[in-house]
Amino acid sequence: MPRTDALLIRGGHLIDPSQGLDAPGDILLAEGKVAWVGKPGEPPPQKPAQILPAKGLVVCPGFIDLHCHLREPGFEEKETIATGTLAAARGGFTTVCCMANTNPPLDNLASVEFVLRRAAELGAVRVLPVACVSQGRKGQELAEMAELAGAGAVAFSDDGDPVASTRLMRHALEYALPLGLPIMDHPQDVSLSQGGVMHEGWVATRLGLKGMPSAAEEVAVARDILLAELTGGWVHLQHLSTAGSVELVRLAKEKGLPITAEVTPHHLALTHELVLGKSPDFPGLHPYDTRTKVNPPLRSKEDVAALIQGLKDGIIDAIATDHAPHTRVDKECEYDLAASGISGLETALGLLLGLVHRGEIGLPDLIALLTSGPARILKAAGIPGLGTLQAGAPADVTVFDPDAEWTVEPEAFASKGRNTLLAGAVLRGKAMATIYGGKVVFQG
Amino acid sequence: MGEKVLLTEVDIRRALVRIAHEIVERNKGCQDLVLVGMHTRGVPLARRLAALLKDIEKAEVPVGTLDIGLYRDDLPYREEPPHIRSTDIPADIVGKVVVLVDDVLFTGRSIRAAMDAIMDLGRPRRIQLAVLVDRGHRELPIRAEYVGRNLPTSQQEEIQVRLQEVDGQELVVSVAPEREENMP
Amino acid sequence: MRMREVSRRAAESQAILSTETKEWHHRHVLDLDDFSRGEIEAVLDTARAMKEVLGREIKRVPTLRGKTVVTAFYEPSTRTRVSFELAAKNLSADVASISAQASSVEKGESLLDTVRTFQALGADILVLRHWQSGAPYFVAQHVEASIISAGDGSHAHPTQALLDLFTIRERMGSIEGLRVAIIGDIAYSRVARSNVWGLMAMGAQVVLCGPSTLLPSDIEKAYPDVIVETSSEAALEGADVVMALRLQRERQEAGLLPSLREYIRLYQLNSERLARARPGALVLHPGPMNEGLEISPEVAHGPQSAIEEQVTNGVAVRMALLYLLARGGHAED
Repeated sequence: MPRTDALLIRGGHLIDPSQGLDAPGDILLAEGKVAWVGKPGEPPPQKPAQILPAKGLVVCPGFIDLHCHLREPGFEEKETIATGTLAAARGGFTTVCCMANTNPPLDNLASVEFVLRRAAELGAVRVLPVACVSQGRKGQELAEMAELAGAGAVAFSDDGDPVASTRLMRHALEYALPLGLPIMDHPQDVSLSQGGVMHEGWVATRLGLKGMPSAAEEVAVARDILLAELTGGWVHLQHLSTAGSVELVRLAKEKGLPITAEVTPHHLALTHELVLGKSPDFPGLHPYDTRTKVNPPLRSKEDVAALIQGLKDGIIDAIATDHAPHTRVDKECEYDLAASGISGLETALGLLLGLVHRGEIGLPDLIALLTSGPARILKAAGIPGLGTLQAGAPADVTVFDPDAEWTVEPEAFASKGRNTLLAGAVLRGKAMATIYGGKVVFQG
Repeated sequence: MGEKVLLTEVDIRRALVRIAHEIVERNKGCQDLVLVGMHTRGVPLARRLAALLKDIEKAEVPVGTLDIGLYRDDLPYREEPPHIRSTDIPADIVGKVVVLVDDVLFTGRSIRAAMDAIMDLGRPRRIQLAVLVDRGHRELPIRAEYVGRNLPTSQQEEIQVRLQEVDGQELVVSVAPEREENMP
Repeated sequence: MRMREVSRRAAESQAILSTETKEWHHRHVLDLDDFSRGEIEAVLDTARAMKEVLGREIKRVPTLRGKTVVTAFYEPSTRTRVSFELAAKNLSADVASISAQASSVEKGESLLDTVRTFQALGADILVLRHWQSGAPYFVAQHVEASIISAGDGSHAHPTQALLDLFTIRERMGSIEGLRVAIIGDIAYSRVARSNVWGLMAMGAQVVLCGPSTLLPSDIEKAYPDVIVETSSEAALEGADVVMALRLQRERQEAGLLPSLREYIRLYQLNSERLARARPGALVLHPGPMNEGLEISPEVAHGPQSAIEEQVTNGVAVRMALLYLLARGGHAED
């Protein structure tokens, strides 16, 4: 029987950190799996039904986002599973982990099953739900974590909010331990961050905005590390934003504690000065532009440098978008009242390649942080086979042009969330094709 | 640029002397007179007239300055707001004869603004107007009692009064109109 | 045709045109951080002419006839509101006022909706007081009208700073080179922030002083040329101008101060402390004062105090700003 769906990606440059691959080559996808990886021009073992020319492009495992907000159920005006996964596909992501701060929150079997069913019906890419730590995300009683894990939750998080109670965090870690799943915490000491709308520092001082000190994050990071040590439970620290956090995680990893950590593209590339609204790189920004409002906030240059160093030193395990789509109304208001978050799936790659173009990180290292890095976390959580181009792995592939310059036009986003401060900015590098399970789900 | 001299230093001095005599004659002396110079060039002209009146009548006539910026009727049409200078009238004008002094009388709008400004400061018995040049083209029913020289002009023409105190020279010139398009 | 119009007017007003203030090009007055020295001087010079009007029996000129000024106060402030309203009325503008209590804020109407309504009602200038830092910037993005900030959150109070500058210049002759000590709740003070920009632009040396908990973070980096002191005695040493800031009693409740008693002991501007400043140093306060708290009554009403004069000057400065913003509403282009 002839295999009619075979797809050959030909003439590209293959980068797959999971197997140390960084060379020109061709790749054949068939029956939803990686069938063969060969040298340039080498004849594939079977005749492809379709050929995707990739000359001058990078071909790598599909990107994995450990942290995004798809907003469904409950906030479909901000995003849906359909639009959010299409945005992911456009950004080069083939797997996204969606957070539990929906309405109702993902603290029950029915909600998790709903997300998985919608994703199977309408999703452009793989959706892995992250369920709540606490019932109703209220931070008081544990959610039914074992049942949620059984339904397909890959981790637990009350993201949007931290697990404020140290006692509850302790019990969550203990309870999740036999499930083998991480507690993903939004590390923030709310008594220190309360009322804060941006990074506490000289910019907040000038603007008269209440700041969130770096210590508000670091106190919580330290707490989580101590609790990991106490319980042996796995803490995954979400969207780290400060130099001090990187340092704490470095110490924790040196001690061999079960800690993993992610950072976002915006915390790696943008700083709090943007709230002043006068930047030649971001022509559309005005003072107090609510598009700069995100939690954790954009920090200082020194923090950005420490986060990048953390990537290089292996302190940070993954880059995750924290894609947080909002409506126009959510953002078109006073800074204090505006919703926090940046619509990030469609600009992540371009923003991150800026680090590569500036020589701050190597391209294979960046790809590792988007593929094999997050895959290791999901593998430990029981989802194997992601983030690699080895034969037999799911045929999730991203093809991107590292040099294509493009102007960010939020109105053209697949995401419903047009809330990005990058509007009008010129980025260098974009996904040209995204293949999920052997099917081309996006081609640019 | 085409510039034509209309009045020389001597012409200006003669005109002011004549105006001073006319003021004395019309008002039968200098009693109850207050001279009010309109910024900018009306101010030195008023001071010179006061000096002349002193020569003629041996009387001190108070001189005030007036900025009409707050009374202009073209504020909404201007790109830049005119700079407002101090208004300073040293004497009570109630019941007095106020002689407004300006360099050029043209549309009459500045004088209208000046009269409004004066009226807000008090109720003078009479307001008179002294100008160095009347170039016609009035847009309001306003007439000067004392005119140094009537100079018929075209509307497009620009008349410049230059005074020692402000400009460092004594001249009245006509500047050729700016053209809407350059000539070939 | 247009050319002729212009030159005709130019001929009529040539004298005035020659000294026109070329520096002024603000559509809004949101803070003083973008004001040059020339622009500040343009405001102060215009305010001097306005103060002359205030000295008249009939304190009214027709300058802004037909213009509509709307004051929208989302935070109670009788003084500033009345000052703006008098300023607008003295210039013959039509004035409409909205206060947070009377407006639809409580009905959940957004600020954007409300300001769009002002716009539809034909406001030429919108005077906005808001409890949130940056609110006037947000509004300025969405309306055609000129915005004057009458104070936003902890951020800026440009008209207060300008009236302070006016008062200092009037009393001291010049601002250049003066040492100006601002004492009190710097962290939450929009008056201090705007004064820093204005005073620096005019060449003064600014000293900011308060207890550490009331100094904002990274203040040295935010205002690199400012001197920061936690000792009021050190701040007052050699000061030419001293400004005491109002202390909100909530600061104690928020855990920022152990007690008002201790604050008074360390920071109250009293005659003993004032003696450390230059003889004849000028005393200012943005008001309303807590007499006996941040300032002692004998200093507040003493010979060095210009606090009452600040109120009159406030009207003159606000008239100047309204005048300077009211241009070009019907520009042909």
